[in-house]
Amino acid sequence: MSEEIKRSYEKYFREHRLPHLWCPGCGNGIAMKAIVMAIEKHPELNKDNTVIISGIGCSSRASGYMDFDTLHTAHGRALPFATGIKLARPDLKVIVITGDGDCTAIGGNHFIHTCRRNHDLTVILFNNNIYGMTGGQTSPMTPKGKKATTTPYGAIAQPLDPSALAKAAGATFVGRSTAYHVQHLASVIEQGLNNHGFAFVEAIVQCPTSYGRKNKLGSPADMMKWMRDNAVMKAAWDKMSDEEKTGEKFPIGVFLDTRAEEYGDMYSKLIDRIGGKNQ
Amino acid sequence: MKGRIILKSERCKGCGICAAFCPKGVLAIDTLGKIEIIKGDECIACGQCELRCPDYAIFVEKEGA
Repeated sequence: MSEEIKRSYEKYFREHRLPHLWCPGCGNGIAMKAIVMAIEKHPELNKDNTVIISGIGCSSRASGYMDFDTLHTAHGRALPFATGIKLARPDLKVIVITGDGDCTAIGGNHFIHTCRRNHDLTVILFNNNIYGMTGGQTSPMTPKGKKATTTPYGAIAQPLDPSALAKAAGATFVGRSTAYHVQHLASVIEQGLNNHGFAFVEAIVQCPTSYGRKNKLGSPADMMKWMRDNAVMKAAWDKMSDEEKTGEKFPIGVFLDTRAEEYGDMYSKLIDRIGGKNQ
Repeated sequence: MKGRIILKSERCKGCGICAAFCPKGVLAIDTLGKIEIIKGDECIACGQCELRCPDYAIFVEKEGA
């Protein structure tokens, strides 16, 4: 079995760095595959005009395995770095990979205001419901009742819904999918890349080591079967009655795809106006 | 439709996702904790294993299409 085979999306990986350091069965590898599958569907994107930016955390290690111009930034600060790059070089496609702790806790304020200003970024949040790398502490997206090392009796606060937050704060594209629905996830990311504005995609991934073990959720495959059984496509979700939306069911799909004036465009118009062009 | 499975064992971490989603029970974890093909003839090239492998360690080629 020494036969060589190479899938076309693998050209976007730094293959000499594989296997990656994520735990056996971690969903981050699947979500990273979905990102490169989505990038591949955009022929105008290549290794020279695409930038991958990540913060800190398990998810954010992805930038180290992707063969683009990449930036591994400070905790929670992936979005400010991305904003800077996009304003300085509007011709580049900027993709941000972040995690639930990185984006909604440490970088929560940046998240709200980057949505509000509507920068042309595509943000993919790998939601594993926990701080995996630092030892399984509870994150703002740990579901109510689920255990973490800092909530040994179960989280008592309600979790944050970043999709609703992004929508309320002014993002122009909001979507969600899971590691089980790989092709669907790739398609949602692809649509997000098409959006000229702030595109937010939540990828639900399994963390079998910290979150799964602490909550007795079984093997990585069992956690993916949970996604299969509880994720409901948006079209079906909209038809469901409130009684049916009980338990752990959650919607996936594209929740918002609209257009609004992008910050960089407004900024260059301002420069032209102040500089005396187009008068 | 028949499938031919190609493993990149150096990448495999033995999480068992491919074996769990294989509809024909073609795959299993071996004694060293890596994936092995136990019933290669029964592969129907559905590609479920390749799609969900987090480590890019298993690939399926269609044969006799």
